[in-house]
Amino acid sequence: MKLIKAIVKPFKLDDVKDALAEVGVEGLTVTEVKGFGRQKGHTEIYRGSEYTVDFLPKTMIETVVDDDTVEQAVAATVKAAKTGKIGDGKVFVLPVESAIRIRTEETDGEAL
Amino acid sequence: MCLPGMLIAQDAAQAEVATVALETAVEATTALDSGNTAWMLTATVLVLFMTLPGLALFYGGLVRSRNVLSVLMHCFVIACLASVLWIAILYTMAFAPGTSGWLGGFEHIGLKGINIDSMAGDFPETIFIMFQMTFAIITPGLIVGAFVERMKFSAILLFTALWLVLVYAPVTYWVWGGGWLFESGVIDLAGGIVVHATAGISALLLAKMLGPRDGFPSKLHVPHHPAMVMIGASMLWVGWFGFNAGSQLAANGNAGMTMLVTHISAAVASLTWMCLEWRINGKPGLVGIVTGMVAGLATITPASGNVGPLGAVCLGFLAGIVCYFACGIVKNKLKIDDSLDVFAVHGVGGIMGTILVAVFGTTVFGGTGVDDMVQQLGIQVKAVGAVVLWSIIATFVIVMICKFTTGLRVTEEVENTGLDQSEHGETAYQFE
Repeated sequence: MKLIKAIVKPFKLDDVKDALAEVGVEGLTVTEVKGFGRQKGHTEIYRGSEYTVDFLPKTMIETVVDDDTVEQAVAATVKAAKTGKIGDGKVFVLPVESAIRIRTEETDGEAL
Repeated sequence: MCLPGMLIAQDAAQAEVATVALETAVEATTALDSGNTAWMLTATVLVLFMTLPGLALFYGGLVRSRNVLSVLMHCFVIACLASVLWIAILYTMAFAPGTSGWLGGFEHIGLKGINIDSMAGDFPETIFIMFQMTFAIITPGLIVGAFVERMKFSAILLFTALWLVLVYAPVTYWVWGGGWLFESGVIDLAGGIVVHATAGISALLLAKMLGPRDGFPSKLHVPHHPAMVMIGASMLWVGWFGFNAGSQLAANGNAGMTMLVTHISAAVASLTWMCLEWRINGKPGLVGIVTGMVAGLATITPASGNVGPLGAVCLGFLAGIVCYFACGIVKNKLKIDDSLDVFAVHGVGGIMGTILVAVFGTTVFGGTGVDDMVQQLGIQVKAVGAVVLWSIIATFVIVMICKFTTGLRVTEEVENTGLDQSEHGETAYQFE
């Protein structure tokens, strides 16, 4: 099992969700986050004074998938989230030790 | 009573007669006019609405989310405190006939001698007391913008109380209550001097003595809720009709013209500010356009009884330009963290309008009431100078008193945590 952690532009959330559903992902968790990468922040001007906004809003999508679905899921995420402009985000893949569905207490692959 | 409010619209000679010959004044009291009474009741409501919640929301949206409740709290508590002080002592200091031109008498202390039949011209004096009370509420409320996110709550209460007694009440008497500036013939219909100049200059000095917020000027955070700023500002615009047109103390043609020029100035100043931002920064911003509106309203306030539509366009245009650049000068050149630009918008606007009424109140610009521009200019400048000087002296003394009793600033830890949690134990935005 692998955890796919994708940090994308907020308006790309729906596209990524649909793309993941197409490759068989049955559930995911979304968090509104802030951060910066190479895009850095930006400045805003109020009443003639400049304010630096260091952290830009992004959306983090987390989902756990079987080892044999990982490649497809990551490819689908990248394709759906890409605009080609700076600030598109990143995808991380991490190993997962175990998973349990709370209602039925099924484990690992059965729980996804 | 001396009917000070009614005197505003009359000439100085009549004023003297009314002030000196009290008995005559009492006899001269006309019967109650229900039209004027109804309008003054309404105008009073409008002016209170400017502070609660107009000004509170306007200011609240400009600070960080961890301090928004503290700003709302400051505006609210100042409204309550000013109300109690107004009936206790401020009204009599500001409007009872005085023995000198410097301070009103004390015959109405605790509103002694005022009852259901007391009249202020042709409407009940109770309404005049309430109407003027709402001005005493919003004026120290404006100063909140200078000290947000860092001043101790106890210091705010003490500062406000002392400031109302030492600055607001005396200056109100000087200009509106029959005092020495009133006698000199100064024009200030609704408070360019009494409200905006006093609050603006005191705010600037207080901000300087208090010191800047952590991170000023390069690491400040953006306004947390520009939509709230717009909502509050719009309430100010609506309430301002009560403020200016209500200051005519009658439902008549003067009040109509005052309302018209007030609105024109606000609209022109908003557009002017927006165009400046668009040109200089590349984008026309919401916070900018509504700030321009407030500048236009503050600037027309003293002049709104004397200028015509053309004068209002000119004043609004100048308000947009001058106040816009004043914001930058205070923060970037003077390096004073007058956080929400009380001086640049209210102080500069109010003073500019007070001086320029001598120009735009002439018939050349379609105004009324200014016959000799040069002479009037001298009177206006003298009045502004005296009030600014007194505001500086008194504010300095008051801030020193606060410094050595309550202390001025919260600790660094409290400032970082935010005043909402650490001073008031509440949180504005809960995510469940």
